[in-house]
Amino acid sequence: MGRYFVKRVLGTIPLLLVISFLIFMFIHLIPGDPVRNMAGREATTEELENLRESMGFNKPLYQQYFSYLNDLVHGDLGISYKTKLPVSEMMIGRLKPTLKLTFFATLWSTIVGIAIGVLSAVNRGKLIDYLGMLIAISGISIPGFWLGLVMIQIFSVKLGWVPTGGLDTWRSYILPSITLGCGIMAILARFSRSSMLDSLGEDYVRTARAKGQRERLVILRHAFRNSLVQVVTVIGLQIGGLLAGSVLIETVFTIPGLGRLLVDSLAFRDYKVVQALLLFFSFEYILINLIVDLLYGVLNPRIRLK
Amino acid sequence: MNENNLLKVENLRTEFKISRKKSVAAISDVTFEIDKGEIVGLVGESGCGKSVTSLSIIRLLNDTSGEITHGSVWFKGNNLLKLSDEEMRHIRGKEIAMIFQEPMTSLNPVLRIDNQLIEAIQLHTEYTKQEARKHALETLRSVGIPDPERVSRCYPHQLSGGMSQRVMIAMAMSCYPDLLIADEPTTALDVTIQAQILDLMQGIRNTRGTSILLITHDLGIVAETCSRVYVMYAGRIIEEAPVDILFSNPSHPYTQGLIASIPKLGLEAESLPFIPGSVPDITMMPGGCRFHPRCRYATEICSQKEPELISINESQKCRCWLKTSEYSIKTENGESRK
Ligand SMILES: Nc1ncnc2c1ncn2[C@@H]1O[C@H](COP(=O)(O)OP(=O)(O)O)[C@@H](O)[C@H]1O
Ligand code: SF4
Ligand SMILES: [Mg+2]
Repeated sequence: MGRYFVKRVLGTIPLLLVISFLIFMFIHLIPGDPVRNMAGREATTEELENLRESMGFNKPLYQQYFSYLNDLVHGDLGISYKTKLPVSEMMIGRLKPTLKLTFFATLWSTIVGIAIGVLSAVNRGKLIDYLGMLIAISGISIPGFWLGLVMIQIFSVKLGWVPTGGLDTWRSYILPSITLGCGIMAILARFSRSSMLDSLGEDYVRTARAKGQRERLVILRHAFRNSLVQVVTVIGLQIGGLLAGSVLIETVFTIPGLGRLLVDSLAFRDYKVVQALLLFFSFEYILINLIVDLLYGVLNPRIRLK
Repeated sequence: MNENNLLKVENLRTEFKISRKKSVAAISDVTFEIDKGEIVGLVGESGCGKSVTSLSIIRLLNDTSGEITHGSVWFKGNNLLKLSDEEMRHIRGKEIAMIFQEPMTSLNPVLRIDNQLIEAIQLHTEYTKQEARKHALETLRSVGIPDPERVSRCYPHQLSGGMSQRVMIAMAMSCYPDLLIADEPTTALDVTIQAQILDLMQGIRNTRGTSILLITHDLGIVAETCSRVYVMYAGRIIEEAPVDILFSNPSHPYTQGLIASIPKLGLEAESLPFIPGSVPDITMMPGGCRFHPRCRYATEICSQKEPELISINESQKCRCWLKTSEYSIKTENGESRK
């Protein structure tokens, strides 16, 4: 286990380097002069030159990259062109709503998705199965932002149960979490159903029944415990999608999180902030997948004991 | 009923749904019995209904479209088919245990061996986890596992096929069942390991008096291990006899073909050289005697009417028109035709 752990952690380092390089290059790959893009049409030549110098764009590319890496390692994400504040400071303020939103969305969608999948598999071909898969198909095919807008219309505007947006109370999180988690819930429901159907047909499930085990424990302890190994992997892949989803949801529900910050910064061509956010989302994605890989090792003795 | 009797299966019929409306029988009119301490063989080619029979006895068809539609399974005086699911659960693993053809996939890959044994033990005893663990180690040792402590801490993928089957046997025997059903227990193992596993099962019968239903397609195994044999073909018992009589005087043409087909020098043959064709699918059963398309003695009646399983002497039964009083044949060694 120890060796597997170390190997997986070390394995992410090259990935981190490649991603940081791609994100660094992103500003230079956007068509046109980045400084002109940022400063706008009215800027004078002198203003442009000052900006160019303050951003270090007058230096050779490789020097820029190394000083960018150097700053990164020291936790310096640069200064926002628009607000003149350190980017890291701007992000910290926005971090909490996004993390909370992602957390709640993951939590409910995982629990509900797996529950629907397992119940459908166990009651294969019965009404519960059809209902479960109806929910799953709806969850996959209904676009998140549309669902969000409809729910705001019903529960906020018409019924007044929850706020339309903002983050004043915990209730503000309800609709955004539901909207954000729907897709994962649906995918997990379908995946855990098919994975459970596979497991339920395995020889060791028959062995468990032949022992005289209770059907509930045959399902949970034997079939589900094996399906979980694969389900965890899918959860990891899906959380990555959640981060992208939060950009949309935070806009629909006017939540001041990192996703909103990304949208706003793009609109203002505030490249330092955009760069930092892309970096953050990528690292978060890698981190989650690392955790999932380690969890996979914990759940699957064939990996752990290699 | 004789007082030594442990299991008596009568006229058992199990059907599978093949479409919304239609069910077909995989086995029917299956009747056999096992005495206390007896090892009984159930033989036949692949697909003739041996596994369906064994799964019907301990009612493990619930995750398939299979349903027992007729007959009874008397075990120690109770009809198992009349028990509630909960009562049946207390029979499984405690009174009747089962082991399977694929030991490697029959153990749960994500649970350690000790936990799988402890689970089986605690289901049917009042043992604490510590006591159950101790008992698990003893059981592992009793099935000839040299290093129970180490094996108990392994996961299934760390064990060989033979070792896995020993673990399965240990698990099956952990609550001292009266009947062990072994469905092709050695088919997936290589020859030397096969012999060890068969020895082990005979040893268990000798020391514990456990009755064993040994299911196999290999008559060689039956010859070495069993006292009586039931031969199955296309969902029917077609012959019943003590082992020595079955080999010295096989009465059913199918049994004769099986015996003639036993590969000499231990070579494993793919098909049966003395019986052309293969077991029919349950959806395409021939009428009359189910064996008639493959039988070289078949006459007109064979394709029209199915023969009954009848006693042909005090210890042997056969399901063939040739053995009835109405019909008889001239065999190759020149016996007269009535
Ligand atoms: N779950 C099932 N659904 C439909 N048919 C089945 C099922 N299980 C077994 N059968 C059929 O029943 C017959 C007997 O199968 P089985 O008992 O597994 O044979 P054996 O164990 O003797 O090789 C076969 O024709 C097989 O196709
Ligand atoms: S009844 Fe006829 S077909 Fe069937 S085994 Fe006997 S001789 Fe052959
Ligand atoms: Mg079989």
